[in-house]
Amino acid sequence: MKYLCLVYLSPEKWSACPDSTCAAYAERLVQSGHFIGGSPLHPVHTATSVRVRNGQVAVTDGPFAETKEALAGFYLIEARDLNEAIQIAEKIPPAKYGTIEIRPTRELVVDTMTAVAAAS
Amino acid sequence: MPALEIVRVRAEIDALYRKESRRIFATLIRLLGDFERAEEALSDAFRTAMEKWPGEGIPQNPVSWLISAGRFKSIDQQRRERRFEHLEDRPDVSESLADESAPLDEREGLLEDDRLRLVFTCCHPALAPDVQVALTLREVCGLATEEIAAAFLTPTPTIAQRIVRAKAKIRDANIPYEVPARDDLPARLDSVLRVIYLVFNEGYLASSGESATRADLSAEAIRLGRLVVELCPEPEARGLLALMLLHESRREARADEEGELILLDAQDRSRWNQAFITEGAALVRGALTSQSVGPYALQAAIAAVHAEAPTPEDTDWHEIVGLYDLLHAMSPSPIVALNRAVALAMRDGPQVGLAALDSLLQGGALDGYQLAHAARADFCRRLGRNAEARSAYQRAIELTTQGPARRFLEKRLAALSA
Repeated sequence: MKYLCLVYLSPEKWSACPDSTCAAYAERLVQSGHFIGGSPLHPVHTATSVRVRNGQVAVTDGPFAETKEALAGFYLIEARDLNEAIQIAEKIPPAKYGTIEIRPTRELVVDTMTAVAAAS
Repeated sequence: MPALEIVRVRAEIDALYRKESRRIFATLIRLLGDFERAEEALSDAFRTAMEKWPGEGIPQNPVSWLISAGRFKSIDQQRRERRFEHLEDRPDVSESLADESAPLDEREGLLEDDRLRLVFTCCHPALAPDVQVALTLREVCGLATEEIAAAFLTPTPTIAQRIVRAKAKIRDANIPYEVPARDDLPARLDSVLRVIYLVFNEGYLASSGESATRADLSAEAIRLGRLVVELCPEPEARGLLALMLLHESRREARADEEGELILLDAQDRSRWNQAFITEGAALVRGALTSQSVGPYALQAAIAAVHAEAPTPEDTDWHEIVGLYDLLHAMSPSPIVALNRAVALAMRDGPQVGLAALDSLLQGGALDGYQLAHAARADFCRRLGRNAEARSAYQRAIELTTQGPARRFLEKRLAALSA
């Protein structure tokens, strides 16, 4: 069975866990065969939301704000830039009924010494 | 080079900065892909010009020289940073190094495209509206952070932080520097026009404080509006420029020497800027004859009817009501409905206006809007219903944060009791 694990963090706790620790854990999951895909994300102010209603695309800054909407799925896409990502997101079928939040992914920032220490 | 020549060259550079720095900046952003680097490159370029031109003379194509100099200095700087950081091959740095030998395309058209790209980027809907405004004023108009903060009566650090975050988002979410594709253009142009109009209104109405208008912001907005029309002559862009010009044409007549408000029907029309009116009216005609007539064009058309009336009595209120009907059908809003009620009162008498306004006020959408109560007060005053007029003026005064507008209402209220 496949699962989606979505990490939610409050602003105060955002940097609580060092990237090297996350990298080490991801590596363990890769070794054990559990890892299918995943990525850390840039903070929430880099988010963009897309909704389509009556054929009109509305792009707004920030994450979706409706608290009734809960996570229903995810796509991890490849796109040239945010404009292309928006063009892809607006065609995701549920965009007509809910909100697609587009968040850029980032790389873990790890220097080799710390990563080795964390993995042992 | 003789001293007089040096002075002349320096003055030339100053003039170039005033006239061209924003265009050069826009191109540097495209070439370097980064606001901070582009800003550094811009000041480096002008500093180098100050050093070299008095000795070498002003180059054949100064703008292109400055762009090259800025870019070269930035690439040099990035090379030095690489050496310090022992970075692995960073694709962004390698790319700009590779571009070094590529010939610069500085044809006039392309430079203007860079400014347009910058405008669209600063007004991207992935940025919050107030962020779009701050970023546009800073990066496209070249206003200092303090000036923007003063204009919007917001603390400078707040504006500074907005701009920093905006640039970070552009970088992290990879908002590209590009003019949107044909299909996306109408919606994206909407964003740009909204920002420009927000800036204009802030300068025209001045939401709070002593001065009834802040001329510099309106001038910036018009300058931006002209740029957008030049590069993107869509009907609504022309409509917005017309609207701003027509409003601006009345600046000199809108307030007296003490800064007190003078209403449209009492303004000295000889003080209206006829050049703006002519230009605005021509733009309106153009926008109205296009395939898609939009709200800005209609609002501009209404302003044009006022502008072309030699005296208040000559105002064609029939046409104005008709235009408001169209505007309300196209883009209904309580404010449009309010203005329509005022026009109705002019055409058919205050009784009719009051009836229309009261049904609006019942809905509740205009409750917090000072002008709605001021209009009600005026209708009641004209009908001799003084008690109602008094309470409506009081409500309007409560809601007014702007000095001149409040004093105007207080005077009207005092006149009732006399």
